[in-house]
Amino acid sequence: MLEITDLKVQAAGNEILHGLNLSVKAGEVHAIMGPNGSGKSTLARALSGHPEYQVTAGAVRYLGEDLLAMAPEDRARAGVFMAFQYPVEIAGVNNSYFLKAALNALRKHRGEPELDAMEFMTLVREKAKLLELDASMLNRPVNEGFSGGEKKRNEIFHMAVLEPKLAILDETDSGLDIDALKIVAHGVNALRSPDRAIIVVTHYQRLLNYIVPDFVHVLSDGRIVKSGGKELALELEDKGYGWLEGEPTGAKA
Amino acid sequence: MTQLVEKVIGTEPYLADVNRVRPDGPVWLRKTRARALARFSDLGFPTTREEDWRFTSVAPIVQRPFRLAPADPAGVAAADLAPALFGDEGVVRLVFVNGRYAAALSDVSGLPPGVEVGDLGAALASRPEAVEQHLTRLAGCAQAFTALNTAFLEGGALVVVPAGVVVEQAIHLLFVSAPGNGPTVSHPRVLVVAGENSQVRVVESYAGVGDGEYFTNAVTEVVAGPNAVVDHYKVQREQAGGFHVGSLHVALARSANVTSCAIALGAALSRNDIVAVLGGEGAECTLNGLYLVDGTRLVDTHTTIDHTQPHCDSHEVYKGILSGRGQGVFNGKIIVRPDAQKTDAKQTNRALLLSDEAQINTKPQLEIFADDVKCTHGAAVGQLDDDAIFYLRSRGLDLAQARTLLIQAFAGDILGRIRIEPLRERLEAEMLKQLPGNGTV
Amino acid sequence: MTTAQKTIEDLANREYKYGFFTDVEADTVAPGLDEDVIRLISAKKEEPEWLLEWRLKAYRAWLGMTEPTWHNVHYPPIDYQAISYYSAPKKKPVLNSLDEVDPEVRSTFAKLGIPLEEQKLLAGVAVDAVFDSVSVATTFRVKLASLGIIFCSFSEAVREHPDLVREYLGSVVPYSDNFFAALNAAVFSDGSFAYIPKGVRCPMELSTYFRINAMNTGQFERTLIVAAEGASVSYLEGCTAPMRDENQLHAAVVELVAMDDATIKYSTIQNWYPGDKDGKGGIYNFVTKRGKCQGRNSKITWTQVETGSAITWKYPSCLLIGDNSVGEFYSVATTNGRQQADTGTKMIHIGRNTKSTIVSKGISAGHGQNTYRGLVRVGKKAQGARNYSQCDSLLIGDKCGAHTFPYLDIKNTSAKVEHEASTSKIGEDQIFYCRQRGLSTEDAVNLIVSGFCKEVFRELPMEFAVEAQKLLSVSLEGSVG
Repeated sequence: MLEITDLKVQAAGNEILHGLNLSVKAGEVHAIMGPNGSGKSTLARALSGHPEYQVTAGAVRYLGEDLLAMAPEDRARAGVFMAFQYPVEIAGVNNSYFLKAALNALRKHRGEPELDAMEFMTLVREKAKLLELDASMLNRPVNEGFSGGEKKRNEIFHMAVLEPKLAILDETDSGLDIDALKIVAHGVNALRSPDRAIIVVTHYQRLLNYIVPDFVHVLSDGRIVKSGGKELALELEDKGYGWLEGEPTGAKA
Repeated sequence: MTQLVEKVIGTEPYLADVNRVRPDGPVWLRKTRARALARFSDLGFPTTREEDWRFTSVAPIVQRPFRLAPADPAGVAAADLAPALFGDEGVVRLVFVNGRYAAALSDVSGLPPGVEVGDLGAALASRPEAVEQHLTRLAGCAQAFTALNTAFLEGGALVVVPAGVVVEQAIHLLFVSAPGNGPTVSHPRVLVVAGENSQVRVVESYAGVGDGEYFTNAVTEVVAGPNAVVDHYKVQREQAGGFHVGSLHVALARSANVTSCAIALGAALSRNDIVAVLGGEGAECTLNGLYLVDGTRLVDTHTTIDHTQPHCDSHEVYKGILSGRGQGVFNGKIIVRPDAQKTDAKQTNRALLLSDEAQINTKPQLEIFADDVKCTHGAAVGQLDDDAIFYLRSRGLDLAQARTLLIQAFAGDILGRIRIEPLRERLEAEMLKQLPGNGTV
Repeated sequence: MTTAQKTIEDLANREYKYGFFTDVEADTVAPGLDEDVIRLISAKKEEPEWLLEWRLKAYRAWLGMTEPTWHNVHYPPIDYQAISYYSAPKKKPVLNSLDEVDPEVRSTFAKLGIPLEEQKLLAGVAVDAVFDSVSVATTFRVKLASLGIIFCSFSEAVREHPDLVREYLGSVVPYSDNFFAALNAAVFSDGSFAYIPKGVRCPMELSTYFRINAMNTGQFERTLIVAAEGASVSYLEGCTAPMRDENQLHAAVVELVAMDDATIKYSTIQNWYPGDKDGKGGIYNFVTKRGKCQGRNSKITWTQVETGSAITWKYPSCLLIGDNSVGEFYSVATTNGRQQADTGTKMIHIGRNTKSTIVSKGISAGHGQNTYRGLVRVGKKAQGARNYSQCDSLLIGDKCGAHTFPYLDIKNTSAKVEHEASTSKIGEDQIFYCRQRGLSTEDAVNLIVSGFCKEVFRELPMEFAVEAQKLLSVSLEGSVG
């Protein structure tokens, strides 16, 4: 589904990813771990087309298409979803109204009929239950006045409604207490399916107790330095990231 | 010149008592205490000429010769604690009498391995270097009362949660003042260190026994590591003869999430300072508060939320219910430093005046040095809604019931945010008892 | 340049969509102002002696006044002697039906997208069009007249209903009120007059479209609306103006009077020519709008969408005199290019249990400067007064500015006053967030701006709200693509 080859990305003139390779197939859950500043969030933002991140080299193929040539909204319409590390507030714009506009933009792109208000509300209520969202959060302006935990749950709620093919979760666990973490993980797990891939970017292993990944990759200094199964995450939790500095595997070797 | 003279007034009993502090302890601590004492002696007690104390005169504290409370007061029994307790299960309890740890009244069983909850004094003796890293680092001694507390620092409560550990139990730190024959003072101290990716809930409560006059001068420091989640409560239920001055100093690292809720129900005069520094990207800080004043009581809250890094959120809601000739002061400062882009800070402050003589002085203070931020402040002062009262009465409630219901709704907004259920229930009941009752106001 | 930056540049560089000039032969008085000019204006309008005297008193008062400088707007000195104070189309049409309106005038309205007939047919809106200071069309007279409602040009009201005009003229905004109000009182050319008699609810929205046209003609409208006991009316005012190089002065006065249980809703869309992107040209809009809630339970609502003018200086205010009276102010003000707006409201609580609501939304783009200036005054006797104020500012780009000056003057301790303020920036992150969910940049900007203004738009009458939304899109979207 996603084929990243030798990807180099810079932000504000500094190269952050120095040639990253990653292959993700439909149905898989990949965890990207690494210390702060290793480039985890840069990868997520570059894949979603954030204007502050410039790709200077490498290629990203998504479902056979050149992802990097697409505008952010075109990536979204093609099924790429990013759950933001810092979800943005949009004052005065009702959360469900926003989501309806987004969903219908996606459906229009796919040549499907737009959902009317009734159909949409039925869908939204069902998905809101999944994330234990209070009905009031649907009618409040997008992320406005939400606590950190509510914002993160709202991101996964958006994901549930938009049903992307490729979902990238950018540090969705940061700042969450354990109860909120479980709800978010439950929501993500409910969306696991054979034709959907999920990339989970995280600093901590705890999230991966609840969203069990098929693969774990460790990012250090802009490269993947180690890949493995879910047990790699536990190893990292025990030893911290320091021991990887001398690791002779991966692209660093 | 007159100002100088006035400042020095009242410090003597404290300077005289400081030699009752155990002279032992690690060298750094002795030096810190000496510095703090010198600082307190220099500063003296604040006067209303200082902007931060404009509406709150500490003359009632200065005029009373508070002497250091006895270390081992007789007569505080388990039964005396009952009003201040909440919940039986899943609560770890540390009791301090006059600022000193009372092991016999405490219960620290059932904590996860590695979590340290106990007497700060003991930790200072057994592994001072670990404590040194944090103790007094946040509080400093810029303010006279904080300096005074540090000058007397020899014990208190210590909570250390190692990285990655989630503590399910609420940790209750109960500070009881048991005054002696004359007016006494105690200097409670709390240090909470939540390691990276850990989670903990701490309740500080302050209460007194007996009718005597006493002064509680408390200082709390909370260090929240990266991604740590700290849920903190301060419940001030001092006796009518109690004076309470306290400060809370919080440091938040990257993605840390700290909530602190202050409930002030007692004391003749109470002043609470909160300083939270959002020192890591993506940190989130929530400060909530509810205070009740009646009679001639005064509750003063000063908060400072300092955004130093990008993408930090802060939410603050303070509410006051004032009756009689009660006085409330709220000063909410939000600083957004030049690097703190994408800050989202929201402050709300509401006061309900139930009598003509009750008084509130409120001031939001926004100091914004970054350009891509969202800062909102709102202040509202008002009385009960006559239309709402009329509506309720037209539905059959009497005047007192209608008023109580509306006041409860006003307070319920804050109490409803308390995430420790037995504590919330306890406080709801407590508040109801204390409400100016039965339409007499 | 990133997309969002480009969007912002586009916004700042957008062209004024409604700039055109209508060629109608005009009867224009030579520039300059003295008592003779005032006598001439009064004579041309065949006014009674008392009105001329009133104008002259205003003029003499004005001579003793100085132009205010406390506001946060900057403009070169205005030469009041270089302005022509009267202009009327020469071909005075007979006002029997719309068909007789000058075709030029009608095509002007057509260009604005507001054809009179269509409005008449579809929206049921009675339109009193003020074109270069003199009314050229009045509709729905018959239907309104059957209810006893008077809705006509000011000049006509002076002729037909002199006692009513004399009773209320200057009763809310005295001729000596301020510099611009005094000037208006001295030289006002025409305007609208509405009187809703006791107990009558006006069955349709009353509407007037203003348009500045002839070269160097200051426009000095005067509007007076009186709602008698139990009456209610909704009045719409909308303006656009053609492109012009010389700055043009617009100093209007609007007076509203609401008696016991009466309601007046006054909605404005103001889109005068804002000047080019360097700030050249553009209208100076110095307006005094004030409503008097004279009676018990009366209510006056001001709603305004201010997108035009080089300088906007207006503070639609309410005098809350009757017990339980209500004043409301809802405002969206956008400044783009070099536009400056200093706007807000005054809510003066005098009666008991009076309530006021202020919702102000300022949007600044380009080099625009937007100032909210508001006063909430609660007098000694205003027991139980309540006010809620909300002032939000939205910045687009980093060369614009937002300023907020809320003044509170509370003399009664039972008052309940709430104030909320916020400043935010429409940034790349918001636009990117929307795009990541599949929305285009243009839709994103539209969504964000309309979300910001929602609380104000919902106060506008339906068809006006649609128009306002459209106008805002045009104002701020530019050529985003």
